[in-house]
Amino acid sequence: MTDLATYNFAYLDEQTKRMIRRAILKAISIPGYQVPFASREMPMPYGWGTGGVQVTAAILGPKDVLKVIDQGADDTTNAVSIRAFFQKVANVAVTTKTREATIIQTRHRIPEETLTAGQTLVYQVPIPEPLRFLEPRETETRKMHALEEYGLMHVKLYEDIARNGHIATTYAYPVKVEGRYVMDPSPTPKFDNPKMHMSEALQLFGAGREKRIYAVPPHTDVVSLDFEDHPFEIQHFDKPCALCGAEHVYLDEVVLDDKGGRMFVCSDTDHCEDRREHGHAGEMLARQEAAE
Amino acid sequence: MYVAVKGGEAAIANAHQLLADRRRGDRSLPAISIDQIVAQLGLAVDRVMAEASLYDRELAALAVRQARGDMIEAIFILRAYRTTLPRFGMSVPVDTAKMKIERRISATYKDLPGGQLLGPTFDYTHRLLDPSLLTDEPVAEPLRRTVDESSMMRVSDILAGEGLIESDGHMPEDHVPGDLTREPLEFPLNRDLRLQALARGDEGFLLALAYSTQRGYARTHPFVGEVRIGEVEVELDIPELGFAVSLGPVQVTECQMVNQFQGSAKNPPQFTRGYGLVFGQSERKAMAMSLVDRALRAEEFGEDIVAPAQDEEFVISHSDNVQATGFVEHLKLPHYVDFQAELDLVRRMRAEYDARNGVEKNDPIRDAAE
Repeated sequence: MTDLATYNFAYLDEQTKRMIRRAILKAISIPGYQVPFASREMPMPYGWGTGGVQVTAAILGPKDVLKVIDQGADDTTNAVSIRAFFQKVANVAVTTKTREATIIQTRHRIPEETLTAGQTLVYQVPIPEPLRFLEPRETETRKMHALEEYGLMHVKLYEDIARNGHIATTYAYPVKVEGRYVMDPSPTPKFDNPKMHMSEALQLFGAGREKRIYAVPPHTDVVSLDFEDHPFEIQHFDKPCALCGAEHVYLDEVVLDDKGGRMFVCSDTDHCEDRREHGHAGEMLARQEAAE
Repeated sequence: MYVAVKGGEAAIANAHQLLADRRRGDRSLPAISIDQIVAQLGLAVDRVMAEASLYDRELAALAVRQARGDMIEAIFILRAYRTTLPRFGMSVPVDTAKMKIERRISATYKDLPGGQLLGPTFDYTHRLLDPSLLTDEPVAEPLRRTVDESSMMRVSDILAGEGLIESDGHMPEDHVPGDLTREPLEFPLNRDLRLQALARGDEGFLLALAYSTQRGYARTHPFVGEVRIGEVEVELDIPELGFAVSLGPVQVTECQMVNQFQGSAKNPPQFTRGYGLVFGQSERKAMAMSLVDRALRAEEFGEDIVAPAQDEEFVISHSDNVQATGFVEHLKLPHYVDFQAELDLVRRMRAEYDARNGVEKNDPIRDAAE
């Protein structure tokens, strides 16, 4: 039992990596198509990023620089845990800086800084099937994709508008990739959808529990579904980030006290820190400095 | 003042240290040994082996101890180890007729060749708390029968003699048994894959589904043809040698459920079967498995599919407790980015609602203060 603790580079054995790489290559060849793969049990629970971890493990090389974010932040517990996992089993360099990373594994956000050629964004995906909540059966949804039968999705969006005046999907907002497959962008807020369109970076999606991999290759059309008279819109925030003053970024709402006091700060912690280092200050930071 | 939430490696490390402390518990008590868990909590070890699909009592006991007795956590730990092991090959099908029987009962025959052997069972014990177990009182040696080397005929073979039960069935010559740990499942499944999934499925989930078939949700008129528990030899064909080599014995529980069948255009009236086979001693699981297996064969027999237990995609997609627990528990991970998006939408819709109903517009964010 002493050899229990020895694992291959990046945990997975080479055979498994090869199997995953084949699935990734197929996914890149058919943008937005969900490729079934023989997902392994990973040493972290299903639903906690096992798909993303397997994709990262399969593409990671010793010279890569890895960044892991969850909710846009490098210091959330699960991001810390996954980063520590790869440091342990692959001994790779890690960073919190978006522009230094060659591979960025993410849950629920796309970094604010525009990604560039040569970078790979790996998404952790809980439910890869965009049609799942309209049709629970895999046998049916596969057929619907094959026949490009997406009417049901448009009816759902239409019913949202008829009932609420809005499309009531705020995250995991469905997109159409390269004019063919409707794809789930993973539960990122729809704010991030436009960043996927024509990105220079390679975007890979891993769903471990559901055993699916899909991809958006660089320079690929990614269009959020909408209607001519109800065009797709992203969220807008009334105020800039309270710490760095950034506008047109996604903000987290932080509850300050029990009297209704709130502040809004960048969800992308690296972006926020970078701006502050460059002398930008938001309302809260300015006030704090004045007090000191 | 706002303090940035630093999840922090220190917090995680401290939490794990506290976990180790709670696992060990009172230091004035001796630590429980792996041998003790194997010997005295054997059925817990068996369940972990069965649902982790790995036959190794020591590692399963280690997982039980590491998981502080949380069965699903233990199953998860052992599975995560199993998945890193290379696959050498496929064993020859085990021959349960040649089982070294420890327990064997049939509910369909009063007596039968080989007899009824109760073995180490909870059946017919009165579930009264036993104060003698509070202390380590000596336990008498059990009676032992002389080892019977001859194989014990399976009940299905008795019925097959009359042609009253469906046969074991045959797979095409070139059929390679599936392996759900190496290939993604694609529905509909062949029965080999379905049985594999059921064999590692959650005992509680299968028990509830099996129970539902007894209460009218896809009734299958079952009888326990036979339950047998004992050791079988696992043999591996070595191509270089040209014959099968024994790898050693494993303990298994097998259940053959006999079910009524009226017959169809293709098949004469006969009994059909549901099958359960589980590592270790796990009668409840083997019986539940065989009931669910039979219910899932509805389509094969042209029966109406009316209940959850007959729905293959529903049953197999939700029977794996490692997958289920991971996804249910992932809800405690931060979701504040998505929640923010929902908050924004609800606030917007609320403002529109209030405007429609003539309510004065408040700053929703300040509402709580007022």
